[in-house]
Amino acid sequence: MTFGLLFDSTRCVGCGACTAACKEQNHLPLPIESETTAYTWTVVEKRNGAFVRRLCMHCLDPTCVSVCPVGALKKTAEGPVVYDAKRCIGCRYCIMACPFGVPKYQWDRALPVVGKCILCADRVVEGKATACATACPTGATLFGDRESLVREARRRLETEPQRYVDHVYGLDEAGGTSVLLLAGLPFDQLGLRTDLPRHPMPLLTWQVLSRIPNFVVLAGAFLFGVYWITKRREAVAEDERRLS
Amino acid sequence: MKSGLFRRLPRPGFWQVVFVILGLVFLWVTAVRFTQGLGAATNLSDRFPWGLWIGFDVLCGVGLAAGAFTLTATVHIFNLERFEPIVRPTLLTGFLGYILVIVGLMFDLGQPWRIWHALIFWNTHSVMFEVAWCVMLYTTVLAIEFAPVVFERLRLEGPRRIILAVRTPLVIAGVLLSTLHQSSLGSLYLIVPNKLHALWYTPILPFLFFVSAVGGGIGMVIVESYFSRRAFGRHLEMDLLEPLARTMVVVLGVYGLLRLQSIAAAGGLALLIPPTYEGWMFLLEFGLGVLLPVAILLPARMRADERGLVVAAFLAVFGFVMNRMNVSVTGMEAAAGVRYLPSWMEVVVSLAIVALGMATFALAVKYLPIFDREPRPLPIAAPPAPDSAGPAGAARAAGAAGP
Repeated sequence: MTFGLLFDSTRCVGCGACTAACKEQNHLPLPIESETTAYTWTVVEKRNGAFVRRLCMHCLDPTCVSVCPVGALKKTAEGPVVYDAKRCIGCRYCIMACPFGVPKYQWDRALPVVGKCILCADRVVEGKATACATACPTGATLFGDRESLVREARRRLETEPQRYVDHVYGLDEAGGTSVLLLAGLPFDQLGLRTDLPRHPMPLLTWQVLSRIPNFVVLAGAFLFGVYWITKRREAVAEDERRLS
Repeated sequence: MKSGLFRRLPRPGFWQVVFVILGLVFLWVTAVRFTQGLGAATNLSDRFPWGLWIGFDVLCGVGLAAGAFTLTATVHIFNLERFEPIVRPTLLTGFLGYILVIVGLMFDLGQPWRIWHALIFWNTHSVMFEVAWCVMLYTTVLAIEFAPVVFERLRLEGPRRIILAVRTPLVIAGVLLSTLHQSSLGSLYLIVPNKLHALWYTPILPFLFFVSAVGGGIGMVIVESYFSRRAFGRHLEMDLLEPLARTMVVVLGVYGLLRLQSIAAAGGLALLIPPTYEGWMFLLEFGLGVLLPVAILLPARMRADERGLVVAAFLAVFGFVMNRMNVSVTGMEAAAGVRYLPSWMEVVVSLAIVALGMATFALAVKYLPIFDREPRPLPIAAPPAPDSAGPAGAARAAGAAGP
């Protein structure tokens, strides 16, 4: 079973309990910043009168996992996208590539690592909800397995269509995410990208990478062939010179 | 004025002082970078995680080394042996380019001492993984390809012969690795279709990076030959530079058409009208760096004129550098929501790395047989005679090194 979160912007009152619980759970230093950083993995932002949480979307086929040269980022079977700081070399390709702008870097450290929400992977493995979902007083952040969260989101859209924009954000953005969002405002007004492809981003680079073995064999054979022909031509020319 | 500036290069004086000061500031910046972190030394941020060190040091460093595989393929695979005299300076450039890329990476990586992690922790789905392996393998190949020059100077016949015996597979490996590496730097940006501006994002980015690297690499060979003549009186003859320039025109022409095609597919003129910041930067890159050098070199008269040749080659290199900077910086700014300008410390590191490369190149030209077999003095100011026996003789001598 793969788990995730359903965040309902219309139920969020912006109290910030999720941020505080996240800090405590993940032993992150204070203060609580106004936007996500390597030390603040989730925040609640107020945009156009509505509250919206910022956190890792935990893509089903994550960009960060595909771009990391050393496999420091991984998608676990339970859903969280986790990070192994000991492997990371600090190339920051994950920060550059993430379609949701999630991974952040410790710019102020001599031995920096990446910081991002890891969906409380340790708790999730034990069958517990994430710290933020547990702390949420209004039920705006709901933890559960992704399939039932999708069903719940659809049920809300059906029963209260006037309350919501008719879209479950994360259902198929960038191929789908484990974190889903509902809102009363168009999602771009909440600062979320609405121009993302519906397919997983890693397809874009895999289309090229998967062709490399074949390319190496064909181009290698071609180059050897050219060498063989031009050498032979030279040898023939040499012979003809000698004969004449 | 120009010639006065460059003739002073080898003598102690102004440039040596600049070099020493740059070196001292570079040491200070290095200390800041590694004790205070990237935030203190650079203008990078979570919104703009890749800056000058990736855009210039890595993307341009690798690209301008492309002359090496182009020329080794021309001479050793297509067997156009009259170009043999060009192989050595381009191999040297390629090798130095890659060493400097690695130095640049040491500054840019958050934890550079873990650079070897790519050897044991594999992720074949990552373009960066491909890039890392190409850097490692091609640097090794370049070192082996260049080694005979050093062995020749040290009169070590045995090792030199061993390398020459495996030269063909070595050259082919080098060409394959370079092709992969140049294109993979473009592939890095395939995964950000929503971040990279439409003037630069295209699904054929890997191919464009490869073609433009060949053009820029050839331009670099011509530019270097010019500087070497100014500084040491060692250079390539016009009868070699002219066909090189012609090849460059063809490559730039093909590249220009491909660029226009992909821009037409992405939105065409609508991307340039009304003029935007990105639009102007593109026009600067494409007009000065692609159209102008092609226009200059089309008349045969201009190709026969050394000044026209060098100016055009210089513009091609400029256009190449602009392209890489536009892809990595200009094209990424709008989506990031911030303007990025490198900090003075980032600039110092990049300048110092370039200076280090130039100094090493100068030393190598001085002490190793780079520009011709027998180090022989050439008149500094005398115009090169296209029909002199020099290059032909050198080519023949070089040809004798083959099997």
